[in-house]
Amino acid sequence: MLSIKNLHAQVDGKQILNGIELEVKPGEVHAIMGPNGSGKSTLANVLAGRDNYTVTDGELIYEGKNLRELAPEERAREGVFLAFQYPVEIPGVSNIYLLKAALNAQRKHRGEQELDAIDFIALVKEKMKLVEMKEELLYRSVNEGFSGGEKKRNEILQMMVLEPKLAILDETDSGLDIDALKVVAQGVNSLRSKEHAVILVTHYQRLLDYIVPDYVHVLAQGKIVKSGGRELALDLEKRGYGWIDQPDNAKSATVGAGS
Amino acid sequence: MSATEDFKSSSCRDYGQHEATLPGQQLAWIRSLRGDALEQFKTHGLPLGGDEAWKYTDLKALNRRTFEVASQAPAIEPQQARTQSLIEAPCARLVFVDGLFARALSSASLPVGVSVASLAETLQTDAAALEGRLGQQVEIAQPGFSALNTALMADGAYICVHRDTPVSEPIELLFLSSGSPDRAAHVRNLFVLESGASAVVVENHAALGDGAYFTDIVSEIFIDEHASLQHYKVQRDGVQAFHFAGTHIRQHRNGHYVAHTVDLGGRLVRNTVSASLAGEGAECTLNGLYVASGRQHVDHHTRIDHLVPHAISREQYKGVLDGRARGIFSGRVVVHPHAQQSDAQQAHDSLLLSDDAEADSRPQLEIYADDVKCSHGSTVGQLDDDALFYLRARGIGLEHGRELLVRAFAAGVVAQMQFEPLRARLDQLVGEKLAAANLSGTR
Repeated sequence: MLSIKNLHAQVDGKQILNGIELEVKPGEVHAIMGPNGSGKSTLANVLAGRDNYTVTDGELIYEGKNLRELAPEERAREGVFLAFQYPVEIPGVSNIYLLKAALNAQRKHRGEQELDAIDFIALVKEKMKLVEMKEELLYRSVNEGFSGGEKKRNEILQMMVLEPKLAILDETDSGLDIDALKVVAQGVNSLRSKEHAVILVTHYQRLLDYIVPDYVHVLAQGKIVKSGGRELALDLEKRGYGWIDQPDNAKSATVGAGS
Repeated sequence: MSATEDFKSSSCRDYGQHEATLPGQQLAWIRSLRGDALEQFKTHGLPLGGDEAWKYTDLKALNRRTFEVASQAPAIEPQQARTQSLIEAPCARLVFVDGLFARALSSASLPVGVSVASLAETLQTDAAALEGRLGQQVEIAQPGFSALNTALMADGAYICVHRDTPVSEPIELLFLSSGSPDRAAHVRNLFVLESGASAVVVENHAALGDGAYFTDIVSEIFIDEHASLQHYKVQRDGVQAFHFAGTHIRQHRNGHYVAHTVDLGGRLVRNTVSASLAGEGAECTLNGLYVASGRQHVDHHTRIDHLVPHAISREQYKGVLDGRARGIFSGRVVVHPHAQQSDAQQAHDSLLLSDDAEADSRPQLEIYADDVKCSHGSTVGQLDDDALFYLRARGIGLEHGRELLVRAFAAGVVAQMQFEPLRARLDQLVGEKLAAANLSGTR
């Protein structure tokens, strides 16, 4: 589904990613872990196509398409979804409007009819129950005045309504209490199937207690330095990131998962 | 017209030609009001440089032009007036064309306790009602259009809501310009809200053509004790039009004034507002929204005087500027000695959609009391890139995303309008203007 080869990227002119190799197949859940500044969030944002995140070398192939050539909205319509680390407040644009516009943009792209108002509201309400969100939040401006937990639930709600083929969660777990964490996990797990893949970017292994990944990758200085199964996350929890090999002597670490 | 004639001399010539037939001239006090004003205009003229109050608005191009008032209102089909109306429901509506009252287009189904009439007619029939109010709230001894307007005032609306009369139906004042080039209109309004009265007035300026015409409006507004007025002013003049409006308000104890000003049209637009909070508990709210593109120039100049303790003022202006447009907000709040516990807030936010657009903000607080709460803020910004990326990451296209964000910025002002029936129409008009302003333009 997603094939990343030798990915180099800069943020505002600063080199952050230095040769990422990653293969993600349908149905898989990959966790990307690593210390602060290792490039985890950069990877997530590069995949979504954020401005100022410039790919300088390497390949990003998603479903046979070159992601580098697609605008952020085209990636989204093709089924790539980024749950933001810091969801943006948009005063004056209602949550429900955004959901509807997003879903219809995707449906239109696939040549499907727009959902009528009744079916749409029914779909949204069903998903809202799963993320335990108050209905009034639908009619408020996007994320405006939402608590940290509400913002993250809102990201998950959007994800569940859009049912992306590839969901990328950028530290969605950070700052969440245990109840909210469970809700996020429930949302992601409900998406798990043969067709959907998930990339979880996280600093802590706590989330992985609830969303069990198929693969865990450790990022350091813009490269994947170690890959393994979920037990790697547990090792990291116990031993920290200090014992991980640095990129220069870890050429073999990128073999392993998925490739 | 001679080659050396300028705005001032042509305006004075207009006065000479029409002096005898201007409304109210049979009355000594009107003759004297006009005569004094003409002298002031001759003395001060237009502010053509060096005047702080006109720092950002250059009138030299205007001064090179000459305009003429209409001797009678051009004929307009009722349908043309109806399509420009902002209120669908039947209501009291006065229609003026090129500044002159058009009785046939107006309707005055009025609740009891309210007078809504042409000012010119009232000067003929009931001038006593105007004496002691007309000309009392506007300062004419300064450069600008107040003196000119007072000398040449032709017509406008006289609204008087009598004591303890609450009027919930709106009163619409539709000022249509035929769009004839070089046409001048001197509009004069007088609104009086007696104690305990309330009203909603929608002042609607629209154009039927795109000539370079000139309109100056002076509105004097008296809000007596416990009275309240919602005043909407929507300006959609032609792309070459000059529009100068001065609104001068006096508020007594617990008198409330709320204004929402929406500027979408005009080439050179200036809104001057001065409010005197002369009674404790008075509340003055000035909200404004302007959307300017091309070479439009929109200048808001406000002054609020807190003359007594315990009065509240709120100002919130927002501007969207595209192309080479320019937006200016100068807001002065003066808290006079002894006006303790004054509470004043002021904000101006502008959104620049192009590299060549420009916004200037000059908030000024002058405080001569020691126990007050005053604040001001101003922002000049571009569209929020993070918000735009967020929308795009949800599949919303770049242009649609930009449009959403700009409309959201503007919608905040419209959403605050208490008079609900107006909001949808204004949302639509603002949307049309934004769409026309080429949101996908270069940045």
